Amino acid sequence: MPSTLNSQPSTSSQGAKRWLLLGILLAVVVSMFSAQFNRYYLGILIDCGINIILAVSLNLINGHTGQFSLGHAGFMAVGGYTAAKFSLVFLPTVPEPLQPVLFLVALVLGGLVAALAGLGVGVPSLRLKGDYLAIVTLGFGEIIRVVVQNMEAVGAASGLKGIPKFATLGWTFALAAITVYVVAALVNSTYGRGFIAVNDDEVAASSMGINPVRYKVTAFVTGAFFAGIAGGLYAHHKQFLSPTGFDFLKSIDIVVMVILGGMGRTAGVIIAAVILTLLPEVLRSFADYRMIIYSLLIIALMMARPQGLFTLGQKKKGAAAI
Amino acid sequence: MDWFLQQLINGLALGSIYALIALGYTMVYGVLRFINFAHADVLMLGAYAAYFLAPAVSSVLPLPSITGALIVTLLAAIICAGIGILIEFLAYRPLRARPKLTVLITAIGVSLFIEFTCQHKAVFGADTKPFPKLLPAADYNWGGLVVSSNDLVVVVVTALLLAAMWFIVQRTKMGTAMRAVSFNQQAAALMGVNINRIISFTFGLGSALAAIAGILYALKAPGIEPLMGVQPGLRAFVAAVLGGIGNLPGAALGGLLLGLLETFAGGISGLSNYRDGIAFAILILILLFKPAGLLGKATVEKV
Repeated sequence: MPSTLNSQPSTSSQGAKRWLLLGILLAVVVSMFSAQFNRYYLGILIDCGINIILAVSLNLINGHTGQFSLGHAGFMAVGGYTAAKFSLVFLPTVPEPLQPVLFLVALVLGGLVAALAGLGVGVPSLRLKGDYLAIVTLGFGEIIRVVVQNMEAVGAASGLKGIPKFATLGWTFALAAITVYVVAALVNSTYGRGFIAVNDDEVAASSMGINPVRYKVTAFVTGAFFAGIAGGLYAHHKQFLSPTGFDFLKSIDIVVMVILGGMGRTAGVIIAAVILTLLPEVLRSFADYRMIIYSLLIIALMMARPQGLFTLGQKKKGAAAI
Repeated sequence: MDWFLQQLINGLALGSIYALIALGYTMVYGVLRFINFAHADVLMLGAYAAYFLAPAVSSVLPLPSITGALIVTLLAAIICAGIGILIEFLAYRPLRARPKLTVLITAIGVSLFIEFTCQHKAVFGADTKPFPKLLPAADYNWGGLVVSSNDLVVVVVTALLLAAMWFIVQRTKMGTAMRAVSFNQQAAALMGVNINRIISFTFGLGSALAAIAGILYALKAPGIEPLMGVQPGLRAFVAAVLGGIGNLPGAALGGLLLGLLETFAGGISGLSNYRDGIAFAILILILLFKPAGLLGKATVEKV
């Protein structure tokens, strides 16, 4: 998407704003009717929204900037645990009408702490490329899991229970819209051309005066921030957090969404996030074979369409650099 | 002092297994430049192969016995070599010209496929199965130090296999071809090296090592299950990177170091809970200061 718009950055950011407003409007309208929804479908819709945030934010790191992170679930865990602990501690002291404020503060705090973790991973990652970076981020995710598993304050291995159910459809989709907007506006801005430049050719970019290091760190920090927000939403949606929920497999899930959607293509990634959230529900009756089908899907996708399913003819030259 | 020596022995035994697995990772990385995530699952398949072969073998040669264990291990290694070659042929060969990350993700897909297929109740099932006693086991007590015969077997077998690998890679025609492919695939092909055969051979060799490592690991573990390869596999990968990926002595050194560090950390009360995270913390530190690993050579990117 970005490369087709690069001649008119102003219209594209207006376009992004329109999408943002449309997204928030849709979220508000839908949440007004959410009481009439079946609870099961409502839950799945919120899952979709959370996965959209995760996939779009990972897309900034893996797709637009061309880094390869396998630790997005780690950032999600950092944000989720921070937000959940915060609202659990302050819930008794906050009167009922102010609870949305508490939720917002918890989410932002979770996002900020995750962003800080993103900075911690981003800085060493500057020296690493490709598989090495993938392994370091994977390792980071594992370290987070081990630390959480040993922290009594957040329930250690038995998990954190009784988190208030603050996440509604409106919250989720409004935040998803904001995520999409921020990532799209960032990448389509004059500044954001740098992400794509770093992706296309790091050496050429730096010889043009673009600082790849700064762009990579920005991508990591921004991506981690939104992953933290998604974690906070997840915590206040499921009302229970367990360290095993944020393992390697969760990171792979998000990576597959980004690949399926097409690296660096926001619209495709959103569609992929929705499809991959619904797929397990559709395959529920084949529960035994579900994960086997899923792993075969990854292999088949890589063989047949490594550039993603939703790339309809717009072949980007940099796509080879995934 | 006793504590120190005891941890040293345990660490060497654990590190030897990591070294064996790391050798497989590093050999495949050497010729193909990608992380074969499925390596850890070949290890698991090796343990299962031994699990199913043991009753058959024991009807001819009573188990536990040294010859019986040797035959079971050899058969399992051959089966896994075949599986490794098959994985490369079906999943990685069609993607050889593609970007590395495409292959990396495929490898993750293959790994998940093997894990989930084996967890299915029609295959192995997700439950833990008791591993048969292949070797007569005994604990030796040397002035307060307890050394199990299995630990000794692990260390000796690893040392022998490391020497064998060194011989194959440095002294045989096949090994020379492997090094040539690793150095420059195109130039090697121009010199008449059959690239496909070398890569298949490397996968077979690495997978056979994984099978042996899987059996050694299972001897010490409480039982075997389809996900048993994941944790040692990740550690061994860290070990390979620690020593400098693509470098055989580096893999051995990295494996031993990691095994020792983990065991010593596990013996210190405050750190023992964080044992699982230690490997990765070391990995990140190493890559920060020596991105090419301890014995690896730094490469300069040419434009």
